[in-house]
Amino acid sequence: MPKQSPAPAEGDITKPFWDAANEDRLIVQRCLPCTDLRGLTVLQFPPEPTCVWCGLGGDDVLEWYEVCGRGTIDTYGILHDAAQRQLQPDQPLNVAVISLEEDPRCQMLSHLRDTPVDEIPVGATVEVIFEVTPATGQKVPEWRVVG
Amino acid sequence: MTTQRAPASMYRNREGLGIWEHRGKVAAVGVGHSPTSRRWDGTAENCIGALAIDALRKAIADAGVDPSAVDGLVMDPGTTTGAHWEEGDPIPMDVVNAFNPTDDPLDGIAKLSAEWILKNMPELSGINFTMYGPGCMSNAIVVAAQAIGDGLAHTCLVLKGWHNLAGRYYQGGAAAMDTVAGNAWGQLWGTRAGTTDAFTFQEYLHKYNKTHDMMANFIVNSKKNGLMFPEGFFAQNRPDEITREDYINARWIVKPLNLFDMDIPIMATAAYLFTTAERAQDMAQNPVYILNHCTTRPKFGLNQGLENAMLSTEATARKSYSGAGITASDLSFENMYDGFTVFHNHYLEGLRYGGMKRGEVLDFYESEDISISGPHPVSPSGGNCGSGRTRFWMHTDTIQQLQGRAGDRQISKPAEIGISGGPMPQGGDFTVWSSTPG
Repeated sequence: MPKQSPAPAEGDITKPFWDAANEDRLIVQRCLPCTDLRGLTVLQFPPEPTCVWCGLGGDDVLEWYEVCGRGTIDTYGILHDAAQRQLQPDQPLNVAVISLEEDPRCQMLSHLRDTPVDEIPVGATVEVIFEVTPATGQKVPEWRVVG
Repeated sequence: MTTQRAPASMYRNREGLGIWEHRGKVAAVGVGHSPTSRRWDGTAENCIGALAIDALRKAIADAGVDPSAVDGLVMDPGTTTGAHWEEGDPIPMDVVNAFNPTDDPLDGIAKLSAEWILKNMPELSGINFTMYGPGCMSNAIVVAAQAIGDGLAHTCLVLKGWHNLAGRYYQGGAAAMDTVAGNAWGQLWGTRAGTTDAFTFQEYLHKYNKTHDMMANFIVNSKKNGLMFPEGFFAQNRPDEITREDYINARWIVKPLNLFDMDIPIMATAAYLFTTAERAQDMAQNPVYILNHCTTRPKFGLNQGLENAMLSTEATARKSYSGAGITASDLSFENMYDGFTVFHNHYLEGLRYGGMKRGEVLDFYESEDISISGPHPVSPSGGNCGSGRTRFWMHTDTIQQLQGRAGDRQISKPAEIGISGGPMPQGGDFTVWSSTPG
């Protein structure tokens, strides 16, 4: 899991995401116009003021949406030379790209700590877990392979 | 004179724009490079400002132009390779005061404004147009080309400099803190420069059942070409070729990218002199005509992904070719960006270079003659891989190839049309160049 604690400022666009993580809930932004237009759920992460697809923004365009917490492993890299001091003792580290079940174009990262390094099963199903970071206790979403 | 960033209207970023309205009417003539070094030595004569002055003066002299005849300057004010001046670090006032400073004491040391250049190059007395094309030389080139075509300048310098300081870049700062900002996604999971590109390359290897080692011929070729680039870092400082085995056995940085897939941060500056096709006829070097420029800048999330990389480079190819009125088979050579090396794969497939299609580039590297002697020279500049992190070797080489003065790097086949640009396959600025106005 990440070793640093994310500390969003009040009013930061990421604050709702991190607050939800502390409640073991995974939320991302849903674009309402894109969802209506395409007839499928259009999600985005990281949070942005505007939709990366249609370019529109505002509370009537982007809403927070709780996802089921399942996804698949899309691709990965193996980190051997991280800049982050706290991660360096743990190297090499998996860094996997997770595609969310509701919208596979919406992706997150994971260290997949339960999976041996460089033995990442591309395409496997994963589920979210929430882990506590040491500095502040802020929880972060991580993932583990379930099938 | 206040210098602004180029407005969006100067970039040709949409498809269907047709032939560039200034096709063949803008030309590159002069080229100037500063010496290279691994890091700044702290002296005034080697600061980024001094290197910029050196490159600019060489470009002017190379074109055979009176400095007072120059009326434009397009440049990138950012100069960092990733090394930032830490807050609180003492300012070297001896360096600041060795020049005519601006209000910012780091100007000329860890950044570079047009104002600083004009204060310290009094011979540029005729400049009445300055503009920033931020990010890299690829951006500044397309802005300068459009500016000349639009009549905003007739003789324009194009400048890009890079500074590199002591210490490892990207270390320290947020990377060493216990807490990070809420949007520090990369910090949290330890992603570094190149990580998303490793993701995409891994996706490519998985999809097409290829291996990382199939990059070896490209790396060896790029290193070899770089050693024939007298302006380059390795030619000047570490003139050793590498072998396939050297590449294959190099340590991983973020697998599947290893040490040689990364570029080395250096200090260097390059400048070009652009002018109108008419004025170029009276200058000292053969003109290299710009047939088109274009821009691609999509937005992605945490991971751009292979499909997006390919869609972007294919869009870049369509825009580049259609605006220049050429097809892939008209290219004598290509000099697309390579820092990280795997970028080049997407570019070549997107361009359909040498007739290749998606999924074929690694076989192309391994089975074709990609050298400067072959039918489809690949990165004759050697790029960042061959000469260090500047994002401008490909442009210099393209100009010199088409002028017929690339020296030992000169491709064997006639150099008639080339393409260069970058930085990212997912987004950047690109130029089609020609030895004739078309």
